Amino acid sequence: MKNQSVSNNIDWMSIMIYILLVIMGWLNIYSSSLSTAAIDTSIFDFTQIYGKQFLFILISIPIIFVVLFVEPKFYEKFSIIIFAVAILALIGLFPLGKTVAGQRCWYAIGSFTLQPSEFAKAATSLALAKYLSDVQINLKHSNRQIQALIIIFLPVLLILPQPDPGSALIYFSFFFVLFREGLPGWYLGTGLVAIVVFVLTLAFENSWIVIAIATVALIFNYFRSKLIERNILASGIILLLISLFSFSVGFVFNNVFKQHHRDRFNILLGKDVDSKGIGYNTNQSEIAIGSGRWIGKGFLEGTQTKGGFVPAQHTDYIFTTVGEEWGFLGSVFVIGLFVGLIIRVIYLAERQKTKFSRVYGYCVASILFIHFFVNIAMVVGVFPTIGVPLPFFSYGGSGLWGFTILLFVFLKMDANKVNEW
Amino acid sequence: MRKALLPTLVIIAGSLLLIRLFYLQIIDDTLKLKSENISIKINYTYPERGYIYDRNGELLVANQPSYDIMVVPRDVKKIDTLEFCKLLNITKEDFIKKIEKAKVYSPLLPSVFLSQLNKLEYAAFQEKERRFTGFYIQKRSLRDYQIHNGANIFGFINQVNEKIIESNPYYKSGDLIGKQGVEEYYEEILRGQKGVKYIQKDKFNREIGSYKEGKFDTIAKQGKDITLTIDAELQKYGEEIMVNKWGGIVAIEPKTGEILALVSAPSYDPSILVGRQRSRNYTSLYNDSIAKPLYDRGLLAEYTPGSPFKILTGLIALQEGAINDSTTFFCRRGFRYGRKFMRCHCSGGGVRLHRAIYQSCNSYFSQSYMRLINKFKTPSQGVDVWSKHLQSFGLGDFMGYDLPTGRRGNIPTSKTYNKLYPNGGWKSTNIVSNAIGQGEVLLTPMQLANFMAAVANKGYYYTPHVIKKINGSVIDKKFRTKHVTTIDRKYFKPIIDGMFDVYNYGTAKGLGVKGIDICGKTGTAENYLRVNGKRIKLQDHSIFVAFAPKDNPKIAIAVFVENGYWGARWAGPITTLMIEKYLNRKITKVDFEKRMLTGSLKAQYQKLYPRKVQDSIARAKDSITRVKKIADSLAKIKSIDKNSLDKDKNKNKKKDTVKLKN
Repeated sequence: MKNQSVSNNIDWMSIMIYILLVIMGWLNIYSSSLSTAAIDTSIFDFTQIYGKQFLFILISIPIIFVVLFVEPKFYEKFSIIIFAVAILALIGLFPLGKTVAGQRCWYAIGSFTLQPSEFAKAATSLALAKYLSDVQINLKHSNRQIQALIIIFLPVLLILPQPDPGSALIYFSFFFVLFREGLPGWYLGTGLVAIVVFVLTLAFENSWIVIAIATVALIFNYFRSKLIERNILASGIILLLISLFSFSVGFVFNNVFKQHHRDRFNILLGKDVDSKGIGYNTNQSEIAIGSGRWIGKGFLEGTQTKGGFVPAQHTDYIFTTVGEEWGFLGSVFVIGLFVGLIIRVIYLAERQKTKFSRVYGYCVASILFIHFFVNIAMVVGVFPTIGVPLPFFSYGGSGLWGFTILLFVFLKMDANKVNEW
Repeated sequence: MRKALLPTLVIIAGSLLLIRLFYLQIIDDTLKLKSENISIKINYTYPERGYIYDRNGELLVANQPSYDIMVVPRDVKKIDTLEFCKLLNITKEDFIKKIEKAKVYSPLLPSVFLSQLNKLEYAAFQEKERRFTGFYIQKRSLRDYQIHNGANIFGFINQVNEKIIESNPYYKSGDLIGKQGVEEYYEEILRGQKGVKYIQKDKFNREIGSYKEGKFDTIAKQGKDITLTIDAELQKYGEEIMVNKWGGIVAIEPKTGEILALVSAPSYDPSILVGRQRSRNYTSLYNDSIAKPLYDRGLLAEYTPGSPFKILTGLIALQEGAINDSTTFFCRRGFRYGRKFMRCHCSGGGVRLHRAIYQSCNSYFSQSYMRLINKFKTPSQGVDVWSKHLQSFGLGDFMGYDLPTGRRGNIPTSKTYNKLYPNGGWKSTNIVSNAIGQGEVLLTPMQLANFMAAVANKGYYYTPHVIKKINGSVIDKKFRTKHVTTIDRKYFKPIIDGMFDVYNYGTAKGLGVKGIDICGKTGTAENYLRVNGKRIKLQDHSIFVAFAPKDNPKIAIAVFVENGYWGARWAGPITTLMIEKYLNRKITKVDFEKRMLTGSLKAQYQKLYPRKVQDSIARAKDSITRVKKIADSLAKIKSIDKNSLDKDKNKNKKKDTVKLKN
């Protein structure tokens, strides 16, 4: 008989990484926001950003205890209700939400704000896990696929018009989960091809070149068939679809996208580099990180950080502080922590005894992965500028609590697995 | 397979990010530089430049505060341009031009908008400074000259140019640097060390405190004061005397090599190169290609030395045993060698060394020189021995004095003549004009004065220098090292005796002063100018060298007056006045003084360099046809030279048969 207490079965390794990330995040927020504050204030000054973050961290502690206290059965049983509450909260933003910088993402209670989309990720994960844990479900069937996609894209539909494309993007991470649970490979394959065609179309600025490449690839595929079947008709249809997509990319890019969207892609593709206008963010962020060299300039010594050159440095661009003040070694450490945590969660998910907790764990890993990758890729200038925070690191109460709940619900499930027979 | 996808992607994504970070942080090193440029501002504090004193402790050069108006183009908001321009007395076009220039340098960094305002202009501007956003005032210290002389010794202060900024990391755009004179030579001592303050900026370019708590900041180090060997009173007197004359005076204290006065005429008041008129004044000085006021004739002008060179001819002939003080040569009011005849202005007859010096007998020294050269197996050997002796007086080379400009002069060797006569066959007769300082020999006034100092010391000299003290510490060892000439001490006596009698019976009779035993030697040097291929003989230069007193020399002096007819006419009296001024501080030769102060050679120079010639030169620069004409005339000159060279060669052959009397 194994010891059934939570503290003996919980995965301490994940918790250690969590604590390290939260504390490092807080220190970097302190450094990045020090320049605009008076020098002599305490790190715990609640009127300052870093003081507030400290408060958020403190509040996380009771949240964690509550999450760990609740029976895991509760999450499974009430997952649909939790999901429904989250959806209602997102709908409620339209009449009740507070608009900040053009985005209607927050509920404001006095000076206190909450961002429901941060919690909706956990709710959606629960709902998806609940849906997929049904023994009847087989993702090979297209109506099952559609039902799963409805669960995923319901919140996306509500988040996109806020507008918050960054949060919406995260929901694509659930495809990893679906794939793991049996979604046909062509979903991901199509997604991959679409991304490649999209980037190539923008890079060459000519759909015909892309179509030519696709044709060559398909002919090659036809004679040494591996990926898709040797079927001239199928290949022809694929080529047609690629062509249409490529032309539509050109059309959408030039006619539907707004200028600032176009600019974000152009910067990445090395076109129209205007380091003072739209390219400013990426340029400053690269300068800050690049000036860190091997070991960085030291805590609170970053000149770019102190000068406040990097915009939104305490939120989406928090990693620039790591790069500048802690250098390449610090960056390697932080990336190592994230990769370690994600791999650890995947590992834990795979050893779950119920499908519900396995799917949920997979959702956690996928969400963390997309956040982590998109954020840092954007900061180092290989992904278009999009508002995705770095989990546990970036400033913000809703974000921190959302990720905390997301992770600890899974850790509770994992700790409880001994009881699941 | 499905299980492996996500972990694999995570690993790949993490690696991609690390590769990108490695590129940004380790490989691409432009980013660090960019970061420093953006976020760190460097403020310099400029120390005050060291003062300059004369040998008697009189303050010559001090400092005055000056104010530069700086501009940060990006910060310039709408201002009342009219008021601004009126206040600073500039035109609107100027204003726009200056702003554009500053923008080209950098829209974010301050650049000098208007430099060197005086106190009044500063006060007027400061009152309204806050209305002109983007402009501010930066204080600097400028030179404040206490005397109106010595410009060639001091040099001046300039803003550094691109070349200096590139080659010397100490200097940044807008910094000042000493140019010419002691300001250049002792730049590092005078300027001190500027202080550096690193300031952290934010994205609005605001200063938000010191960088790294001032860990890298340094305090400005004051420039050191220097004391010169110059006697300010003598320098001033020399410059006043040389007004309206061109030439140079160099006075040296023989026992130490200290330069007492270094006069170059025409000169200028050093204070005109300070303040807002600076660049205009400098341009006009720089463009005066005829009088060349920026050209230090005392150091740079290489002149034919003329008769003073006979002193050296005599010394070397004595040393080499070619003559002794009772050797007699016969002078027929001239000297015939080959087909040439050299006129002589001595009283003729049998001439010994003593009279040869005081009457400046051309025949005597020519024959001594030929005897000296002919003593050796080949003329080459003879010339080289002679040349070695001259070099021991510091002639024919830069002397190593502590001023940044100089010329070697020219002391020919056998190589020189082998080049001039490529077929060989030159003999002592071809080079005999060297004996009287008229051949290929060229000396600067500084070299003339230095050999006079060596004669006064009877065989040694110290490298001339203008530095006496640097804030109490001893001066460079090279200025305290005795250079001994190759002439034995005993051979100087007869020469000095002769030089003494130059004043009693000789070419400078009547130029002496009661109570001072002066030894001197007149000189009159022929000189030529080539205009359009023709060799035009110009008015002779007036030269004088002397030292005094005879037994305990305190001053050795060389005076050179361009186109001053003959030695005793201008250079002689000037020498006397300078010596009297230095030794007695009082002038008894009032008549001399009046004549020298009021006398002018201006008419002479105007005749020599008529406007027409100048204009034609100026025009030639512009038009291509003129350039062609010049090319033609150059070709002509070349052919003329060739012809004359051929003639010379023919003469050489004939001269073989000529026997010389001695």
